Amino acid sequence: MNAVLNAPVFADVPAPVFQPGPAGTHITIRGLTKYFAGWPLYENFDLDIPKHKIVSVFGPNGCGKSTLINMIAGLVPIDSGEILFDGKSLKDTKIGYVFQNYREAMFPWMRTIDNIAYPLKLEGKSKAEVDRRMAELVASFDVKFDLNRYPYELSGGQQQTASIMRALAPNPEVLFLDEPFSALDFEMTLFIREKLQEVFMQTGTTMMLVSHDLEEAVYLADQVLLLTKRPTKVAEILPYDDPRPRTTATLSEASFIDAKKRSLEIFQREVRR
Amino acid sequence: MEATSPLAAETTKPWSPPASAGAPTPPKKTDWAKALPFVGPVVLFIIWDLVVRLGFIKPILLPPPIDALGALIGGLAGGPLMMDFVVTVWRTVQAFLIAAVLGMPLGVLLGSNEKAYRSVEFLIDFFRSTPSSALIPLFLMIFGVSDINKVAIAAFGALLIVVFNSAYGVINARKQRVMAAKVMGATRWQVFKDVLIWESLQPSFVGLRSAVSMALVIVIVAEMFIGADSGLGNRIINSQQVMNVKDMYASILAAGALGYALNVLFLLIERKIVHWSGR
Repeated sequence: MNAVLNAPVFADVPAPVFQPGPAGTHITIRGLTKYFAGWPLYENFDLDIPKHKIVSVFGPNGCGKSTLINMIAGLVPIDSGEILFDGKSLKDTKIGYVFQNYREAMFPWMRTIDNIAYPLKLEGKSKAEVDRRMAELVASFDVKFDLNRYPYELSGGQQQTASIMRALAPNPEVLFLDEPFSALDFEMTLFIREKLQEVFMQTGTTMMLVSHDLEEAVYLADQVLLLTKRPTKVAEILPYDDPRPRTTATLSEASFIDAKKRSLEIFQREVRR
Repeated sequence: MEATSPLAAETTKPWSPPASAGAPTPPKKTDWAKALPFVGPVVLFIIWDLVVRLGFIKPILLPPPIDALGALIGGLAGGPLMMDFVVTVWRTVQAFLIAAVLGMPLGVLLGSNEKAYRSVEFLIDFFRSTPSSALIPLFLMIFGVSDINKVAIAAFGALLIVVFNSAYGVINARKQRVMAAKVMGATRWQVFKDVLIWESLQPSFVGLRSAVSMALVIVIVAEMFIGADSGLGNRIINSQQVMNVKDMYASILAAGALGYALNVLFLLIERKIVHWSGR
């Protein structure tokens, strides 16, 4: 009895109160902490990703752009913090992910069409449902190449197109794209960029795009998320509201050039810091 | 499994293995290139013939190549050599099948549970490094001087190679493909059956190919030294004992041809099944 009465006092640090993001927030990140080789990469990182928008992630080398979306997508474990999708956890959320290296993301033992249908197969969809969804996807992507071939028989751009189709097949709530264009030639980059914009206009899927090309990042984005050097913080979130569809003409418009210029200024400020 | 789907073949040229892909070179060069693999053997036979003709080596130790080849062809075409050849092939096939049927699933299972693999890694590496012929006396004690003994020891040697390669195939599976499956919501079992097993196929085939060579080596050695009354190994040692060199060389050539043929056969099967390898 005595022991209990005179027990040392342990006080728990009160858990931070969960602060929901503003209306229209899709992904809420609170108190995200990630250590990398003993050093903090992210410490107490908060971020709101809006719904039905494309957010481009841009920042200095090694600040963990890809790590950020990998943590949100659950590919890299986080040390602490909370990531919620419309208030749900990742396991109740359907996501799509497009890797930079399409060669090692597709399954070469399956035909391309089976690769694209694979996530539907995992969901246990019936043959008819899968076929219907495949016809839809093929139509909306206006596919000109033969999907009966194996991925390694296709060109790089065709493989990346197929892996974007695979990521979109189950109608994900969020699509993550980790430098999807950097292994492609210029022609294919332009083509897939347009396809992506078309799909976004049709479906309004929330997208997070990591890019190392500022023009590409701004061109596709509703918001450009600029990060600092590590330990990484949000340097600034720049909105860019030019109407879609954006075209080559957009590239020479004052608003685009301005957004690009401001992004570059923030980027350079952060790199020099 | 077909390398190309029939639908793809209709519209476009069917997939062809990489070996035949280097066709568009000037025709003159191609003719030459096709003859190149035969240069080595022909030169060897010419030197062999000259050495015997010029008397550098006594014919009692080395017969003229024509005689050895004659004995090989005559023996294989229904002669006693053919019987021994068939017996050796059968023992090798048995040993190989045991090794493959046990080894591949075992290797894939061990590989997918890295802790399990690490705990037996030393044993596998140790016995893999032990020359299997050193274990012949041990197997003699267990199985006695029997046909089973020869198959058992060859199967043991081949098994370790298969286990090792299949396990490493799973362990070294492309991490990104595993991640791709996980992010699409695959369970551990689905990752295993849809990705890991497939990723391990190519290294497994490397293992199977080395295993069949190993099985052949051990079967031949066992036939030589474990009281056999049949098989190529037995024939080689017997003809050496009675100085029937023509027959000895014929048997050696037959063993060599068998090893080579098995290797080529496995390469062809691998190319058919693991059609994505190297691409």
